Amino acid sequence: MSSFMQQVINGLSLGSIYALIALGYTMVYGIIKLINFAHGEIFMIGAFVGYATIQFLNVGLIPALLVAMTASALLGVIIERVAYRPLRKSSRITALITAIGVSYLIQNGMIQWVGPNVRSFPQVLTNTRYDLGFFSISRIQLIIFGTSIILMIALQLIVHQTKMGKAMRAVSMDPEAAQLMGINVNHVISFTFMLGSALAGAGGVLVGLFYNTINPTMGFLPGLKAFIAAVLGGIGIIPGAMLGGILIGLTETMVVAYGNSLLRDAVVFVILILILLVRPSGILGKTTKEKV
Amino acid sequence: MSILSVEKLTKQFGGLTAVSDINLSIQKNELVGLIGPNGAGKTTFFNLLTGVYKPTKGKISLNVGKEPISLIDKRTDQIASLGIARTFQNIRLFKQLTVMDNVLIGMHQKNNVGTIRSILRVPSFFKMEDKLKKEALELLAIFNLEDSADVLAENLSYGQQRRLEIVRALATEPSLLFLDEPAAGMNPQESVELTKLIRKIQQEFDLTVILIEHDMSVVMNVCERIYVLEYGRLLAEGTPEAIRSNPDVLRAYLGEEE
Repeated sequence: MSSFMQQVINGLSLGSIYALIALGYTMVYGIIKLINFAHGEIFMIGAFVGYATIQFLNVGLIPALLVAMTASALLGVIIERVAYRPLRKSSRITALITAIGVSYLIQNGMIQWVGPNVRSFPQVLTNTRYDLGFFSISRIQLIIFGTSIILMIALQLIVHQTKMGKAMRAVSMDPEAAQLMGINVNHVISFTFMLGSALAGAGGVLVGLFYNTINPTMGFLPGLKAFIAAVLGGIGIIPGAMLGGILIGLTETMVVAYGNSLLRDAVVFVILILILLVRPSGILGKTTKEKV
Repeated sequence: MSILSVEKLTKQFGGLTAVSDINLSIQKNELVGLIGPNGAGKTTFFNLLTGVYKPTKGKISLNVGKEPISLIDKRTDQIASLGIARTFQNIRLFKQLTVMDNVLIGMHQKNNVGTIRSILRVPSFFKMEDKLKKEALELLAIFNLEDSADVLAENLSYGQQRRLEIVRALATEPSLLFLDEPAAGMNPQESVELTKLIRKIQQEFDLTVILIEHDMSVVMNVCERIYVLEYGRLLAEGTPEAIRSNPDVLRAYLGEEE
């Protein structure tokens, strides 16, 4: 029992990181119907910026998180402006291929620039474990929960309470009608990339802290898994991305703990195939019937 | 003084000329009808005026402030902020949002409380929220929709959705309102009520209204002046009486006499 509870805690902390990344996928998809495959790379850049901030500026975790989020947000906005906006009116497949291209560009650019080797993430805090009887929880895990929860609440407030959030929802439903309400669609799209990328950047720093290592290809697999999380929850739906992230994190941890750790990635992809076969709109998605 | 003037406006899609060489001028507080057979270019014309399409040739200028402003190089959202609002032929509400949110989005320009202040929920955020909600309810009340404020737009009846589109357009505080077939799909009773409503809001909000409509009873009852389009060209212009007896218009609608 206690070991099961322990795995739940581990799964939740991995899951909340997936959820942070998945939110960016889902928001961008919601607003311009693009799977931004460069999103995993934004997450990686976030980890590297966090690493550099701590390593060279000797600051603590919170300033590093803020710097990483800002840098990632900026990168997201630039990618949209340079690579996706000129293709806004072309077919979706064009933008999708561009996104894959941007992903490889950033990944290989980083390999070229900082080298392909694995670096150890500076440990800014002593990782004490708190024993709570049934299970123990580490300080890093607490920080992951805390950060994720705060960021998700902030996101909910932005989307549901602010004028920008209303504009985001309006643009996602009907960009043309939104424009006629005086909403500048380009600003709203940039803002969406900014939010999603900032969350991915935070995720990057947390992963660096959690696994101790970072490298230029670290964005690929978590990026794909977060994408699967977004599809599982229902792509375009913000609570869906949170739910999907947690479920993928739990599943992966349980597979490692009670099954075969070599299957951890395979199981996640099987989930993708199953959800696409059985319920393509995701757990929280509405099944839309084709009208004839 | 004309509030909107259009000169030699032309729009070509490839080889097809959807709108050709149109000149017109609308006076302040007029209620003008725009009619024509299907495919005459009426909706394209609205799309040009609201910046959804860029014209191939021609000038559009809006005169609501001190001096006329050219709308040719303006984005749709800029044109909306200058005071042009429209409704759509096929209803385009934000279906999964509440009636209230639809109206509040229309008030986007008026809300000057930024994102940071809204998240921190400072007093000015609540003050603005209350003020806008109150205004939204007043608007909804004019159209008998105030009881449905918390209903999702997609759950409204067809007639209510059409009315909500007008409320949402009014929420942007336009000086010029384009209505694209507001009576489409309405029964005669609803059409009559709509006619009254259009008159009422035109006076109450000091509006200039341009109306595309197929329902001749609505057009003839409510419009002071009518423009007729055919094949993208301006076929005739005049009072309802003059249009009714214009031989060109009769030919366009009823076909050539043998």
